[in-house]
Amino acid sequence: MAAIETFYDVIRRQGVTRRSFTKFCSLTAASLGLGQTAATQMAQALETKPRIPVIWMHGLECTCCSESFIRSAHPLAKDVVLSMISLDYDDTIMAAAGHQAEAILEETKEKYKGKYILAVEGNPPLNEGGMFCIDGGKPFVEKLKWMAEDAMAIIAWGACASWGCVQAAKPNPTQATPIDKVIKDKPIIKVPGCPPIAEVMTGVVTYVTTFGRLPELDRQGRPKMFYSQRIHDKCYRRPHFDAGQFVEEWDDEAARKGHCLYKMGCKGPTTYNACSTVRWNGGVSFPIQSGHGCIGCSEEDFWDKGSFYDRLTKINQFGIEHNADEVGLAAAAVVGGAVAVHAGVTAVKRITTKHEG
Amino acid sequence: MGIQTPNGFNLDNSGKRIVVDPVTRIEGHLRVEVNVDKNNVIRNAVSTGTMWRGIEVILKGRDPRDAWAFTQRICGVCTGTHALTSVRAVENALNISIPENANSIRNMMQLALQVHDHLVHFYHLHALDWVDVVSALSADPKATSALAQSISDWPLSSPGYFKDLQIRLRKFVESGQLGPFKNGYWGHAAYKLPPEANLMAVAHYLEALDFQKEIVKVQTIFGGKNPHPNWLVGGVPCAINVDGNGAVGAINMERLNLVTSIIQQSIEFVEKVYVPDVLAIGSFYKDWLYGGGLSGKNVMAYGDIPEHANDFSPGNLGLPRGVILNGNLKEIFPVDHTDPEQIQEFVTHSWYKYPDETKGLHPWDGVTEPNYKLGPNAKGTPTNIQELDEAGKYSWIKAPRWRGNAVEVGPLARYIVGYAQGKAEFKEPTDEFLKKLGVPVTALFSTLGRTAARALEAQWAVRKMEHFQNKLIANIKAGDSSTANIDKWNPQAWPKEAKGFGFTEAPRGALAHWIKVKDGKIENYQCVVPTTWNGSPRDPKGNIGAFEASLMDTPLADPQKPLEILRTIHSFDPCLACSTHVMSEDGQEMTQVKVR
Repeated sequence: MAAIETFYDVIRRQGVTRRSFTKFCSLTAASLGLGQTAATQMAQALETKPRIPVIWMHGLECTCCSESFIRSAHPLAKDVVLSMISLDYDDTIMAAAGHQAEAILEETKEKYKGKYILAVEGNPPLNEGGMFCIDGGKPFVEKLKWMAEDAMAIIAWGACASWGCVQAAKPNPTQATPIDKVIKDKPIIKVPGCPPIAEVMTGVVTYVTTFGRLPELDRQGRPKMFYSQRIHDKCYRRPHFDAGQFVEEWDDEAARKGHCLYKMGCKGPTTYNACSTVRWNGGVSFPIQSGHGCIGCSEEDFWDKGSFYDRLTKINQFGIEHNADEVGLAAAAVVGGAVAVHAGVTAVKRITTKHEG
Repeated sequence: MGIQTPNGFNLDNSGKRIVVDPVTRIEGHLRVEVNVDKNNVIRNAVSTGTMWRGIEVILKGRDPRDAWAFTQRICGVCTGTHALTSVRAVENALNISIPENANSIRNMMQLALQVHDHLVHFYHLHALDWVDVVSALSADPKATSALAQSISDWPLSSPGYFKDLQIRLRKFVESGQLGPFKNGYWGHAAYKLPPEANLMAVAHYLEALDFQKEIVKVQTIFGGKNPHPNWLVGGVPCAINVDGNGAVGAINMERLNLVTSIIQQSIEFVEKVYVPDVLAIGSFYKDWLYGGGLSGKNVMAYGDIPEHANDFSPGNLGLPRGVILNGNLKEIFPVDHTDPEQIQEFVTHSWYKYPDETKGLHPWDGVTEPNYKLGPNAKGTPTNIQELDEAGKYSWIKAPRWRGNAVEVGPLARYIVGYAQGKAEFKEPTDEFLKKLGVPVTALFSTLGRTAARALEAQWAVRKMEHFQNKLIANIKAGDSSTANIDKWNPQAWPKEAKGFGFTEAPRGALAHWIKVKDGKIENYQCVVPTTWNGSPRDPKGNIGAFEASLMDTPLADPQKPLEILRTIHSFDPCLACSTHVMSEDGQEMTQVKVR
């Protein structure tokens, strides 16, 4: 059997110098908001660990998460796939198909029992015996549970896997179900958003592969490093909100001056995500910068909280004093709409804490 | 024993059955079953959409101005195209016109998608059907460099560049962790490229992966993010302000320069890497002209990219519009989205129920009630399918037909219609491409033709982006900064009842949405998408769909490794999340929807 290489072996043999490697670790640590100690830790981890096998499965979804992932500017998707992880199964890009593809799942389950990451894009529908999503002639939900059995940890990519997203919007005709409702005994990292930001996705993967543990998660299972503050808290248009300068109509004078979009229905005040800081597509822009309010796509049930153009009420006018844990979902009260309060503390938190200990 | 289909195919399912499930390197979930004769030639083909999400049901009762966001989530690969179709449908229903600048910006967002999607499709979803990654290990870097330099003046072409890449690749392969290249059909007899062409293609696979993230920034600048940028009924959400107070908060000179720069880089990559690669790879496969299917018979295009805002007549559309039947390029039929006799959907072989399944229904009057059951001769159980029975119901995709005809849609269909119309911008590059390969025009009707048309269209699209960027700047210079029409933003300005439709040419082909609005809410919403046309199952008359037709009569070198099936299916760029979401009208649970 060919020896399993470490990430460091791979990049050294690919001609990357020791110096560039150290620099890479520092930059990655910095992009995660971590210091030099973490960079050293990261370098150590990368030097001693083989590339972690990743199985990336697709349920009911639109593939926007995969598309977002390949947009990552740092690290490049190419380098993640060739050097940081071993992406052994991903229906969207893998060369193999049919039974040769299925064989990889069985092999991974046996050979890397308890050592692979299961990344899930989309979710399983439970109506019609699960046959609204058929994979290899069987319900997707069966395949999902089967691969989850021996996974080390699970990443729930995007709003579909985390919350249900558009196919789970009312009346949810297929009974599309977030994965933490069908997998109860494994740590699950939720990386919500429709899709999540590319660098947030690669940031989460890099964190896990380098530190060998899950990132610290909030009560809803999201990495605190990217989801602990609201879009509004760090929005560059925030001074206009505080000054009472609002866009009143599309393309009015205020819109042309870049004033606050709160009155146009912006959900930035109730949405926990990194858009206003990390921004999108290598930092080019984010929804508010391009003139449209945030639609709240990283929040649970954001499809069922009224129109995207309805104005939020009951937001805390001044203050970024609450974090996601304290506020939870309860902050989001939309005009005339009900908010589903979901207070599930998942197994993730416990296991994460244990890993950290 | 064979069955003759009305659209001219002789089906024989008596031979050995081969099942490919999952079909990978596509969007969504697809299953293909074929029967081969004793010479391993495909004599029967069955394509099955294996997912369903029901987004139209979810749309009922909601605000029409929100519909773009829901429908955009039908597909994250062709991101934006459903949203554009949706805002057009709502604007058509409510009689809303948009400013000229909004038209230019929307066109650029749509064209950026076209270029991105075609590029990623060719390199990351399709190339491995033509390119043997493992063979690249035995290439001579010097000869690879000579090959690369003979087809293009793209600068990354030195012997050292290819040597470094080969070392990286060799070490990757030797690590034993092959990642996405694991269990591929490497060494298969149907791979025809010499090692040097394989190495060059692998280099461009990686370069294209790096480059694709730049193209989509056009959508990010105007729409705030990608995938899934933001759109607006009545125009576009981004305001323009090039020299006034607060211009940093809008589309200003810096933003416009960024768009220009991305367009120039895209032109360079498409013209110096993508198109030459397709030509070079094609030259080794020009004897493999299988996969034509319906393309030489029935094709359809709706047209898109309006030159002037609010005019959807064929003469104002950059991409061609029309239907060709029975391979008669001399007659092009007009398409009318509102004519109940033209576009109809059938469910005889789909997992849905109609009161009378011998008849088709126009999308405005569509009914969709899921009805999952296998045909009597299916093997396995309903939740563990071994083999499907195509005589019964066998797909989550409906069967749309144009006046009863199964048609192919997509870049090849657009190019055939444009060619038949004698439009120089489509005919000339096509003739030149065919001449370089030394093949007749009939070679277009093939898997290779589909792949070539996509590359030519990417080139057309990058140049068209440049045109609309220039047009936008000229219009701003002339004093027009308007990007949104808010006259009918308020639902109080809407009629009590209205219906409309919108269409685009998505990367994969003709796409349309039909909407009915009542009392300010969506009463009914229907989408008929490209992969519904191409991936459709049989209809009541027994016509097979475009995927199925394309597989017919193709020989397989090794039935255990059906590379040829993947190659032809991939040439359509299937998008299953798009094709299989359709639901109706009579969504039984609609009373539970309470939006406000």
